[in-house]
Amino acid sequence: MTKQTHIIEHKVISSWISSEASVLDLGCGDGELLNLLIRNKQVHAQGVELSEQAIHNCVAAGLSVFQQDIDMGLTEYADKSVDYVILNQTLQQVKKPDFAIKEALRVGRKVIVGFPNFCYITSRFQIFFGGKVPVSPSLPYQWYDTPNLHFLSIADFKEYCKKNKITIEKTAFISKNRTVKFLPNLFGEVGLFLLSK
Amino acid sequence: MEAQKFTNDNKPGNSDTQTFTFAYPPAELILESGEKLGPITLAYETYGKLNEQKSNAILILHALSGDAHAAGPDGWWENLIGPGKGIDTDRYFVVCSNVIGGCKGSTGPSSIDPRTGKPYGLSLPLISIRDIVETQKQLIEHLGIQKLLAVVGGSMGGMQVLQWMVSYPDKIRSAIPIATTLKHTPQQIAFNEVGRQAVMSDPDWRNGDYYAHAPPAKGLAVARMIGHITYMSDTSMTEKFGRKTRADKEPFKFSADYEVEGYLRYRGDNFVKRFDANSYLYLTKAIDNFNILNGYALGNVVRGLKAKVLVLAFKSDWLYPAYQSQEIVKACKLAGVDASYCEITSTYGHDSFLLETEQETPLIRDFLKSAENGNGNHT
Repeated sequence: MTKQTHIIEHKVISSWISSEASVLDLGCGDGELLNLLIRNKQVHAQGVELSEQAIHNCVAAGLSVFQQDIDMGLTEYADKSVDYVILNQTLQQVKKPDFAIKEALRVGRKVIVGFPNFCYITSRFQIFFGGKVPVSPSLPYQWYDTPNLHFLSIADFKEYCKKNKITIEKTAFISKNRTVKFLPNLFGEVGLFLLSK
Repeated sequence: MEAQKFTNDNKPGNSDTQTFTFAYPPAELILESGEKLGPITLAYETYGKLNEQKSNAILILHALSGDAHAAGPDGWWENLIGPGKGIDTDRYFVVCSNVIGGCKGSTGPSSIDPRTGKPYGLSLPLISIRDIVETQKQLIEHLGIQKLLAVVGGSMGGMQVLQWMVSYPDKIRSAIPIATTLKHTPQQIAFNEVGRQAVMSDPDWRNGDYYAHAPPAKGLAVARMIGHITYMSDTSMTEKFGRKTRADKEPFKFSADYEVEGYLRYRGDNFVKRFDANSYLYLTKAIDNFNILNGYALGNVVRGLKAKVLVLAFKSDWLYPAYQSQEIVKACKLAGVDASYCEITSTYGHDSFLLETEQETPLIRDFLKSAENGNGNHT
């Protein structure tokens, strides 16, 4: 992911979140997004992260963070106890994305999902002409050394939401340093969705 | 095993240790059991300076065999507490309080009962973790502290932290329970019971009335050996001892051939010199009886707590497994209490909370700083 895509991604997420809301970021990393949301939206922030080093960094940043494997569920959270649950750049790395989304929707009144679009145009070219699994700024890993367990497209995710009766309230598609309106499944490198159920 | 006489004068091992005596009759402390105890002496040590606002005080709570001497040479947490360390005594006023029921300068079974002029022995009422915290609260008030910046402790010390969170939520700004549990489980009780049986089946125990004689050294040493096994891990024992045999083997068939046997015997014998067998019974009972839920639903036990909480567990700790720490976090999350949780990679087993100070240091230091700043965004 380019730094710029990253910045726009966080900007869009921030614009979707209301001030002083409670936010739970699943796979919060070093807490970069949460810190942004605290600054911009004065949110009540909590993170979940698996990496011990990332936990250290979050505690150093004064964040409230819980070391846990999202695949184990969010049993410590009551139903609809958080305003927004964020699954940004996390879904493709969990073992059971379906379970993660359902847990997020159980705990959060709204859920924000962001993931790299596997059917982005350059990826399609790489498969079609190169005959190789795509390696791109949003999918920077080689097949033999990648945290990504699932590959999905924007179209795949829309179909999933329809099938599971999940309401898509807002969408945004990003490519490099801009948002994409035209044919997002082809030209969007990253898809962002605001969901509710 | 040589019968070592435990010096039952119940004096703290360190000259820096101070004492505070209170609850003189007729104003004795009413214990959780309903019985009265008084006067009560607490041994404690302090490090650093209390600031003018009296806002920089941290209370350190020790585990089963610990004492008030947490910092400085030979302090049980000397790597964590001190100038420039994780709990920085240049910055904070650190108080470490000994527990009642123990034998390190605070009122316990080996103390003299002023009514009889003889050691209490088994006439001392049963002590609970809540009673221990009640006495610490009196000490804190005696020191002129209205609100603690943090309460920090591991294992039995962690239980005291949890008790502070429940008993005095308005008196603490943050809490760090480490390698502990909301309640003792059957497995934890079982190990303690084997230890107590070892003590009580030693003929020298004499129903707890042994202070004029040799103490039940054999029984207490066996209890400590069992304890040590539960504080280590398969990995740490393999790393430390392997199957190495001792050079000074005795001709006896069942001598301590392996290093691990020698180590356990040494630890057991050593413990007898510094710990009172009756205190071992009283304190293991206090932790077995510990159940902070006490009829509360998990989501209600810390409801209303304003303090920030940092829960720490260790991956190799099988005596207080990580799931028990996660339950503490769950209780906090369900109650809307600001809680962070880290499961530290370590092979030392339950002893990790004493040994992995290098890993604990950045977490505790940074957490204390954010507790100090209030961090309103994360309430």
